[in-house]
Amino acid sequence: MDGLLVPLEHVLVLAASLFSVGLMGLMLRRNLIFMLMSLEVMLNAAALAFVAAGARWAEADGQIIFLLILTIAAAEVAVGLGLVLQIQRRFRTLDMDRADRLRG
Amino acid sequence: MIQTLFYIAALIALAATVAALTRANAAHALIYLIVSLLAVAVLFFLLGAPFAAALEVVIYAGAIMVLFVFVIMMLNLGQAGIEREREWLQPHTWIVPGIMAALLLLALLLAVRHAPGLTSGEGVPPKAVGIALFGPYVLAVEIASMLLLAALVGAYHLGRRFIVRPQPTGDEESA
Repeated sequence: MDGLLVPLEHVLVLAASLFSVGLMGLMLRRNLIFMLMSLEVMLNAAALAFVAAGARWAEADGQIIFLLILTIAAAEVAVGLGLVLQIQRRFRTLDMDRADRLRG
Repeated sequence: MIQTLFYIAALIALAATVAALTRANAAHALIYLIVSLLAVAVLFFLLGAPFAAALEVVIYAGAIMVLFVFVIMMLNLGQAGIEREREWLQPHTWIVPGIMAALLLLALLLAVRHAPGLTSGEGVPPKAVGIALFGPYVLAVEIASMLLLAALVGAYHLGRRFIVRPQPTGDEESA
């Protein structure tokens, strides 16, 4: 508990729960927008674990990895939403099961 | 006291995430997702990482969610937009996320009031993050900038045909 308000395990359990919710959303939802949101939730849960670990040992490294995760999330969302626009334009739907071929 | 605030914010984060990913309507899901990100920002603040909390609000809940809003609005263009938006913004759609966000604000204010050391004293101050970022991690910063450049080029390429030009030039192949 040194350096942290609550035991590190509790934060890690929360991060794992958020990650699991995101994973379930990714696997169960078929709407492309919701799948991208689930990816955001999963990246965010990983970032929470990093920041909590950084706070536990009072090191800056956790927040730096958080910054890198933020960069990855921004890049992924920009490209992913561009793909969403193209898929909507080409298939007239956002259902991912309709777009399961590489050659549309 | 502060521990209780942590668990409240954690519960709000979990509940808002579950609510976001189980909505049928993408715009309603976005509201819950923003609340979830704000809750994680409060968690970062309580964990002694104020720089990460600010970035979470500015970039995640601000910039990335605005991209989602843009795309959802682009996909819904044309068909009776005003009535649809009026129907989306009924009070029962935003009252629960509003209460969650108000609770988070309350938790943040209480945390600032009861433990002012959280913002600077304990935890990792932004100065340490900056020194480490441009010291041993400078290569990671360069890689992140190249990743962002690649994403910029890729997103422009993918969204290129949605950009309305005043008069079409002949150098673009027909879509």
